[in-house]
Amino acid sequence: MSGPDQPPKASPEETQGSEAPQGPEPPAGGASPAETDGNLPARLGEERLNAPVIRQGMFGVQGTPDTSGYGLLRVHKAPPLHSERPYGSYFDEIADALGGALEAAGLGFSDAIERVVVDRGEITFHVRRERLTEVATKLRDDPALRFELCSGVSGVHYPDEGGRELHAVYHMLSITHNRRVRLEVSVPDADPHVPSLVAVYPTCDWHERETWDFFGIIFDGHPALTRIEMPDDWKGHPQRKDYPLGGIPVEYRGAKIPAPDERRHYS
Amino acid sequence: MGIEEKLPSGVLLTSVEKAAGWARARSVWPATFGLACCAIELFQTGGPKHDLARFGMERASNTPRQADLMIVAGRLSQKMAPVTRQIYDQMADPKWVISMGVCASSGGMFNNYAIVQGVDHIIPVDIYLPGCPPRPEMLLDAILKLHDKIMNMKLGKNRDREITELENARLGLRPLHLAEPAEADL
Amino acid sequence: MTAGQMPHAAAGASDAEAAEGRVYTVSGEDWDEIVAAANEARDFESGERIVINMGPQHPSTHGVLRLVLTLEGETVAEVRPAVGYLHTGIEKNMEYRTWTQGVTFCTRADYLMPIFNETAYCLAVERLLGIEDRIPERAQIIRVLMMELNRISSHLGGIAPMGLELGATTIYTQGARLRERALDLLELITGLRMNHAFIRPGGVAQDLPPGALEAIRVFLDETPELMHQLHTLIDANPIFIGRNKNIAYLDLEGCMALGVTGPMLRATGLPWDLRKSQPYCGYESYDFDVPIRDTCDAYGRYLIRMDEIDESLKIIRQCADRVAARGSVDSDPVMIRDAKIGWPAQLSLGPDGLGPSPQHIAHIMGQSMEALIHHFKLITEGFRVPAGQAYAAIESPRGELAAHVVSDGGTRPYRVHLRDPSFTHLQSVAAMCEGGFVADLIPAIASIDPVMGGVDR
Repeated sequence: MSGPDQPPKASPEETQGSEAPQGPEPPAGGASPAETDGNLPARLGEERLNAPVIRQGMFGVQGTPDTSGYGLLRVHKAPPLHSERPYGSYFDEIADALGGALEAAGLGFSDAIERVVVDRGEITFHVRRERLTEVATKLRDDPALRFELCSGVSGVHYPDEGGRELHAVYHMLSITHNRRVRLEVSVPDADPHVPSLVAVYPTCDWHERETWDFFGIIFDGHPALTRIEMPDDWKGHPQRKDYPLGGIPVEYRGAKIPAPDERRHYS
Repeated sequence: MGIEEKLPSGVLLTSVEKAAGWARARSVWPATFGLACCAIELFQTGGPKHDLARFGMERASNTPRQADLMIVAGRLSQKMAPVTRQIYDQMADPKWVISMGVCASSGGMFNNYAIVQGVDHIIPVDIYLPGCPPRPEMLLDAILKLHDKIMNMKLGKNRDREITELENARLGLRPLHLAEPAEADL
Repeated sequence: MTAGQMPHAAAGASDAEAAEGRVYTVSGEDWDEIVAAANEARDFESGERIVINMGPQHPSTHGVLRLVLTLEGETVAEVRPAVGYLHTGIEKNMEYRTWTQGVTFCTRADYLMPIFNETAYCLAVERLLGIEDRIPERAQIIRVLMMELNRISSHLGGIAPMGLELGATTIYTQGARLRERALDLLELITGLRMNHAFIRPGGVAQDLPPGALEAIRVFLDETPELMHQLHTLIDANPIFIGRNKNIAYLDLEGCMALGVTGPMLRATGLPWDLRKSQPYCGYESYDFDVPIRDTCDAYGRYLIRMDEIDESLKIIRQCADRVAARGSVDSDPVMIRDAKIGWPAQLSLGPDGLGPSPQHIAHIMGQSMEALIHHFKLITEGFRVPAGQAYAAIESPRGELAAHVVSDGGTRPYRVHLRDPSFTHLQSVAAMCEGGFVADLIPAIASIDPVMGGVDR
């Protein structure tokens, strides 16, 4: 039921201090995995060895003379998730209906949708940002799709995915068909513009403001993209990974413990 | 005081300070300053089971101009801090502050960019009440301690002297992690 | 508007163009005409239209909500809610704690319904772990029980301030009184009155303590009478009806456009409840109804909330019966029996407080090295969740509460986003209140029942 292409989980993935996350859908450098033989183990293994190393070593403390811990582990970045047909459950119907609706509007399916991921019983369409409004409109209006309710946008920041750092994630609910779908748009830090969906789903108004506030994703076409949670004159976008947690050291009698994001950790 | 036994019944002797303190403590009007989860416990404290009305405190003054007590109930965010200070400034003297809950007292579990790490960064606090959230009984205990404090508050020149003494004592406090072992006697 | 046109004008009534402007002489039963004439005359210059700030410190904004109102007399021309005064950075804080510790953070988001926050987060984490169908049944029953108890306390926590804001303090005290009983029960089971951190990924923290089932039965027996008293106090009260009926109208189209779910959506007549349409935690096996109204107004929403309390009582009774019919804890765990995920310690009360039970300590110290290692790893760094993202939505008292959880394969969440219903619903304040009176704002917001902790997180 879920996609055949699960990311290879390097199981004892203990790393040292740095937060070097392995994003769930990092991009493959140039071409996406070949449609024909993308699932062969040898090919997957090769891809993995050619991918950059994102974690080195197992447990232990970094940055001190402490040499305990294991330093020889190398964890490579997993190739991006990409599910092949059939997706299972109602996902194929959604994909077919969406493809049909897009074609009727003169857009190819792969013009709009980069990748489809079916994972853990949920389907995610990775949409190209130029086509986001059309895809959302089709999702809302096409009778076979009818995703009337948009639950909102949220952002995720993957600083390691060069060129696709900021993801805006939309969740849609179809009350008519009792289905859920997720749309994900990836934009680079250098050009964080995503078309606004306020015209299609007015509920996205505040959600987009919140995503701008926390991640710096600029929603083009939003009627009033201003800060909503942080004070109006705040500088920076707090939920980005390069923004510190901002705590103060905790004082005890005889000791001062650094704030949570500056403590060392062993996993 | 032997003199009271010789007076006719129905006459009490006291000092102006004590009388003023008694009057002030008996009808403290809190300003509604419930921010977060502690506000819910404050709301329950106003309910029939733990009754704030027995202290004359159920009449929460929505306008700070008439309020005596500011119970900062909940986490104080950076955005709300100037508002808090403004409300405090709008309250008329004498005024007291209870910081209810760990978030108001010290930032609580939220040691981050968004929360003021203790409301005493911006307003002076009389009673710190820990808890996450403190039970209504704990809040009542804090209020009773505050009543004691109010009743024993001095007036006029005595008050000025009291303030100077307290300030000097506080200025002598060192950060906890620097306290020398020989002096750590608290 | 001359005296001749006023139908009920007394003999001496007249109007005149005085130096200051038009003068209207009021003579009785002509209020509507005066207001219409004033509107026509377009006397609303800058002095007549005022911008008023309501909040963030205000008795009736359900927390720190700021409303910037543009008023023409008593009519609200524009209302813009400003939020963020309670922003706590919960989502970012969760990225620096383990998966289990994340529960203590997300529980404080919407503090009137902490169990629901925890459940949404734990369901998403369990979906990422792939253990959704391995959660012990007893844990699922206890989860449903806690959720419905919390639903009762949350609805009362909305209805009682609703009365207080309208000036009816008896509604507040009676609602608080009933809520106290629900909180007593929550305290008996979880140890805390709010922010329980009871629902953990993999199950619940502890089993029901001895005496809980009896206390639940007493609660179930006594609450209907108290609910009846509340109904008698509120339902037919002409002032309450006058202030709530046909106020804050938001029909189905408006709800769909604005992403509104929960009692507000059910007040439009659509019976959409995630417990029925996309059940979780075993809700499909419980027998309950979904109350709806089709009046789309604040009064309908209030009635729905009261009915939902009754439905919750039904569900709690079924949960208590099921728990009573099951065996003891050893054969019936409340936490998944997976050594790499399930919280290891069966807790018990010892002379020095609550801690791992002596049997558990004997097991890890004397019998199984592996168990000791698991215990150590789970407590110091927590379990690892495979990379991926999940979105788990539940039907909270306010609407669709969901957790979007992203994992990078580590022991800490990579990103947690709580989709809170109050945040979405506050956007509808403008749609519901513009054009109405200032006084109607209060019941409108009370009918949304926002909790600013959820709005701002």
